[in-house]
Amino acid sequence: MDQLIKSLASLPGLGPRSARRIALQLLTNKDKMLAPLVDSLAKARDEIVMCDECGNLDAANPCRICQNPERTGTVFCVIEDVADLWAIERTSAFKGQYHVLGGVLSALDGIGPDDLAIGPLLERLQKYNPSEIILALSATVDGQTTAHYLTDKIRDLGITANITRLAHGVPVGGELDYLDDSTITTALKSRSSVS
Amino acid sequence: MEHWRDQAIVLGARSHGENGAVLSVLTEHNGRHAGYVRGARSSKMRGILERGNLLSVDWNARVSDNLGSYNVEPISNLAANVLDDPLRLSALVAACRICDEALPEREGHAGLFHGMLAMLEALESEGWAIVYVMWEVALLRELGFSLDLSRCAGGGDDTDLAYVSPKTGKAVSAAEGEPYKDRLLPLPDFLNTHKDGGGDAADILKGLKLTGYFFEHWVFAHHTRGIPEDRLRFQERFAKTVEDSKHAVAS
Repeated sequence: MDQLIKSLASLPGLGPRSARRIALQLLTNKDKMLAPLVDSLAKARDEIVMCDECGNLDAANPCRICQNPERTGTVFCVIEDVADLWAIERTSAFKGQYHVLGGVLSALDGIGPDDLAIGPLLERLQKYNPSEIILALSATVDGQTTAHYLTDKIRDLGITANITRLAHGVPVGGELDYLDDSTITTALKSRSSVS
Repeated sequence: MEHWRDQAIVLGARSHGENGAVLSVLTEHNGRHAGYVRGARSSKMRGILERGNLLSVDWNARVSDNLGSYNVEPISNLAANVLDDPLRLSALVAACRICDEALPEREGHAGLFHGMLAMLEALESEGWAIVYVMWEVALLRELGFSLDLSRCAGGGDDTDLAYVSPKTGKAVSAAEGEPYKDRLLPLPDFLNTHKDGGGDAADILKGLKLTGYFFEHWVFAHHTRGIPEDRLRFQERFAKTVEDSKHAVAS
């Protein structure tokens, strides 16, 4: 019991109290909840792997996105982690290829260029020679530092693709009065013509 | 209970636990000071705790030696103004990192705070790179490694200064330094008090190399990790910009 609670409590968003509640719920509903969960976890452990191409998590390697012939290799989207890939996939607005970096450069956390999947990204870019590379990284100091670093590295290789980044500014449904100063500042800087 | 309120510039935030962070700030009256921030990784707080931002901070601790915790309110989001500019962003990151690594903790120095704030505010202006190098020269002085760039250490002509001795940090005239020029650091014109002008990109790069040398060999000589990588990366990026502009002019 203690080991189960400890394992559950180590998951993000859960503390010892919620872990105890979940453990109790699972053990009192073994057939309905515990057995399917054990099956799913075992299946995930055995079948889900990291894609050698893009770093996505999938049951196939290369993943279904990399294998999909309808997805063009002329546009590449560089993201921090798999959660960002899922977020973009939910929108169905992007039909190109992804590349998961595995984080952003952060000297404070000891993450340098060698800790990220930058080498494989550059190899893929040389192989596919895309027309556009979208650097969909966070609008943070570390995220943008990484974006500028990648831009330098890509240009050093002589890749002439158009390098873009996601827009920074007012979210859909956002009211100016409730936005923070930095969002308004970047939104003003990135304003576009309406006609 | 210990408590104070102060203005502070964010130098860095290290994740601690699932949602919190240990925030390192440069305050006006309490020097470089760390403290725990609850909920630092929430979507609301992450933008506030970006390096270079100006905050109002309330620090509370049971006893003064404790890490304590901060309540923070944003005053000015300086980082957001330079996110799109690789050079300016590199300068901001380098400045915050140097302060975080080099300044002693909890030693109040209002001049350092106001100097850093002025430099960060100047990052949006045209002459930001000159301001940055001058800020580094001032920081070296405040850390006890003053450069004497006003007269010739070798007794030569003070109006003809051209080099800086890497051993003493003192200026040397062109004539006196000629036999040793390979071993001396070039003095940029904009740091020469007897000269007007200078301050082009190549001159600024000389300034960055000059201050970078003394940070590496004086300030960070005994640090196990040496000069912060962010500072080296900024200088490299600046050097690359100078090279690129040279090629553009040549072609």
